Amino acid sequence: MQTTVQRKTSSKNRLNPGGRYWIWYILPALLMYCLFMAYPMLDSVRLSLYEGTTGARTFVGFANYVRLFTDPEVSARFWGAFRNTWVFFAYHMLVQNVLGMLFAVVLTNRTMKGRQFYQTVVFIPCTIAVMVTGYLFKLILNPQFAGPTLRSMGLGFLVKPWLGSEKTALNVISLVSVWQWVGIPTMMFVAGLQGISEDLLEAADIAGANSWQTFWYIKYPLLLPVVGMIAILTFVSNFNAFDIIYAMATPDGAPNYSTDLIGSLFYRYGVAGKHPIGIPEPGVGAAISTAVFFMLLAGVVPTLRATQGKE
Amino acid sequence: MSTRKNERKGASLKILNMHIPSHILMIFWVFIALFPVYLLIINSFKQRMAIYSNPFGLPSVWTLDNYIYVVQGGNFFQYFFNSITVVVVSLATILLLGSLAGYALAHWRTRLSRGIYFFFILGMMLPIKIATIRLLELMKIFDLFNTLWSLFFVYIAMGMPTAVFILTEFIHGLPRDLYEAAYIDGAPRSKIYYGIVLPLIKPALATVGIYNLVPIWNDLWFPLIFITQEDKKTVLLAVTRLQGQYSTDWPRVFALLTLSALPVILLYLSMSKQFVTGLTAGAVKG
Repeated sequence: MQTTVQRKTSSKNRLNPGGRYWIWYILPALLMYCLFMAYPMLDSVRLSLYEGTTGARTFVGFANYVRLFTDPEVSARFWGAFRNTWVFFAYHMLVQNVLGMLFAVVLTNRTMKGRQFYQTVVFIPCTIAVMVTGYLFKLILNPQFAGPTLRSMGLGFLVKPWLGSEKTALNVISLVSVWQWVGIPTMMFVAGLQGISEDLLEAADIAGANSWQTFWYIKYPLLLPVVGMIAILTFVSNFNAFDIIYAMATPDGAPNYSTDLIGSLFYRYGVAGKHPIGIPEPGVGAAISTAVFFMLLAGVVPTLRATQGKE
Repeated sequence: MSTRKNERKGASLKILNMHIPSHILMIFWVFIALFPVYLLIINSFKQRMAIYSNPFGLPSVWTLDNYIYVVQGGNFFQYFFNSITVVVVSLATILLLGSLAGYALAHWRTRLSRGIYFFFILGMMLPIKIATIRLLELMKIFDLFNTLWSLFFVYIAMGMPTAVFILTEFIHGLPRDLYEAAYIDGAPRSKIYYGIVLPLIKPALATVGIYNLVPIWNDLWFPLIFITQEDKKTVLLAVTRLQGQYSTDWPRVFALLTLSALPVILLYLSMSKQFVTGLTAGAVKG
């Protein structure tokens, strides 16, 4: 990699020593990044065409993909996890990011008091490990925990096996994740809103725009790049979410796979091995991660194009 | 509140400026955000049976027994030490390698250097988790499985894209006179790096540090996959054992959860500004 640098020595002068010098500063970072991130990521794509592990590996073509998408058992799991991940993502887009924008608009109001305090509090859950959040809510939601007390307070309708029912588990887990992460879009929107010129808002005020109009016609269009960025971050992190499922529903996505996400499916097939037997299938795991890789590209690139615009 | 004057628009604005609906909304969310954290902490000081009769209130008898039990049982200090080692070594290396590369990429501007820069930045959009299958095999080949080294390398690699991005941009934005003068005086580039550039980029280093600190401390995925040996486990891996271990003794579970969450929460409260810039610096979250 470093040998191609030599051609560019013409730019070498006293103040700028050129690539042959600078490459030594870059090399350590580049090596680490290539060896432990870029290479294994790309090579995972190749591994999706093989079966077995190091030493006993055989080329099988697209068999892993065929199995993933058409085998009655495996594909049922894959499409189930795929659907659940979209539900999980929808909660984050519609609840987390909308709440985040609402909080940010409120918290950038110059005349409001206590903004610093509110901002600090909104962000606290983001600093807790997802695992810890998961266990904490698993305990709190357990009917044994507060059941008797809530019933005696006349709030018995809150006492349900929220995580034990296929109908509610995924929704509840999604909301717990929203609870945890709403601080991130809030802070990103706050930063975006603070960057909007004061003159513009004053002009709108003088022209008689109410606060909703100011938001919809001025703030929102100017925030669009931030909206795009947040959509991408949400998408990427949701399609990799694992810890919350591991903590609240076990890696099997209990009950009955109703909370199984792509992340937990990947863990079961690629790393841990499926429930009863426990022998991982790295080929199928690599096929899942490759599918995720292309889904992310398909989602991220158009969003970047549409929102990051002319700059 | 009533002393604020706004003569142009009169008294109705005074009421408007109190932002009553906004405060109601935010106070409501403060309650939602803090109540679970309150339950977490308060219940860790209760006696075993007290939790069922009084889940929401303060303990009638405060006890430290749960903490004593959790800290004494198992290798708690070992887990803690491992987590701190992983964070410190990974962060220090990320900052060193990232700032060296950033220093070079901010000054060496050719088509090739831009290509390298872009190659780094690509990694910001792609989560390292999709490399897991190959990484696991690499760790076994290099004989790093069940060592903290496996975690160091993965976290360093994972931290490189944002570190290079933030530090290159920051160094590029510095006024050049500051160090070009030293260069003309005959100081070598390497001396300029640690004598002049490093002190100047402290705020950016803080951003990069915090951006990586929280995800590394809170990471479950890689320890879960790379570490099975008891004395190499991190704090979060100890938490995973809760599934079975103390499942009937809830105050102890709360105590262990509090112990693993509190360090980061306290660190955050003591430097919340840096945390917010660090964690929203524009890339993928855990």
